[in-house]
Amino acid sequence: MTTSTANAPAKNAFWAGFRDGIPFILVVIPFSTLFGVVATDAGLTLAQAMGFTVLVIAGAAQFAALQMMVENAALPLVLLAALAVNLRMAMYSASLAPYLGAAPLWQRALVAYLNFDQTYLTSIARYEARPEMSVRDRVVYFLGVATPITPFWYVMTVVGIYAGAIIPDAWALDFILPIAFLAMVAPMLKSIAHVAAAAVSIIVALLLIGLPSGTGLLIAALAAMVTGAAVETWMERRQ
Amino acid sequence: MNYSTAEIWLIIAALAVGTFLIRFSFLGLIGNRPMPPIVLQLLRFTPVAVLPGMVAPLVLWPAATGGEPDLVRLLAAAATLGVGLWTRHVLMGMIGGAVTLYAGLGITALL
Repeated sequence: MTTSTANAPAKNAFWAGFRDGIPFILVVIPFSTLFGVVATDAGLTLAQAMGFTVLVIAGAAQFAALQMMVENAALPLVLLAALAVNLRMAMYSASLAPYLGAAPLWQRALVAYLNFDQTYLTSIARYEARPEMSVRDRVVYFLGVATPITPFWYVMTVVGIYAGAIIPDAWALDFILPIAFLAMVAPMLKSIAHVAAAAVSIIVALLLIGLPSGTGLLIAALAAMVTGAAVETWMERRQ
Repeated sequence: MNYSTAEIWLIIAALAVGTFLIRFSFLGLIGNRPMPPIVLQLLRFTPVAVLPGMVAPLVLWPAATGGEPDLVRLLAAAATLGVGLWTRHVLMGMIGGAVTLYAGLGITALL
């Protein structure tokens, strides 16, 4: 195979990912802006707010940490609360491993840094739909998805810091995030097993809402995964 | 908030390292080693196991309304799910939900 034909699919994979990542700019803009606003209100400096956004790069966990800091919680509790919110990403990591495990270590590290809800969910849907993708194409696709999203994530925190106070509440920017997550999950409900898993996830998460942040969701997710696998196995045996 | 500057940076650094290690965990350690079929089967349900539980409280008890259920937001969520299931397309679902949300908010504001 010549170099040019070997490069072509990777290039295509990048632009396919880029295109699939573009809609999430609309999600990241309000979320990141809001973090800038809240961080400034809490008393963080520009550098500190940007430290969160660039180094931690995990919206929900950043909000959880800020909330604990506003309440002057002890340092270990701040860390525990925020990291618990991120524990779902260990599941994302495990779920990506069969597809990306063969990639070089530095590429896996780069994917890990950029492994947030939008990049993970978009990429895993593509990997499942196209099992024939090469490992290189999968990595390139993942980076393609991250490319339009990540710069907006960084920059909009700065905008939030400076311009946040003039954004009206009536825009209901808070609800863009749930809409995006629902839009991502709907096409994934492709079998009774998937619907059962989603139902168990909702029920258990709502029942455990009182537990410390992230803990209830983790238990709900584990219960839902077992349910999905069990229903799938049961359906296969019936046929 | 009464943390010292050093403490705030310690929090940021610890969260940055901790979050990266969580994200890197399985990708980094397991790498190319084969996983048992039962584990792979469980992992295939990861997205539908995490997202619905994460979104459900946000839809039922939105922070913006002080945790009170809100008809417009419930309708927007239903529209997102409905359009997403029907078209099997992420962007269509997002548009369906956003149009419903802003139409609903607009009508509520006029009433």
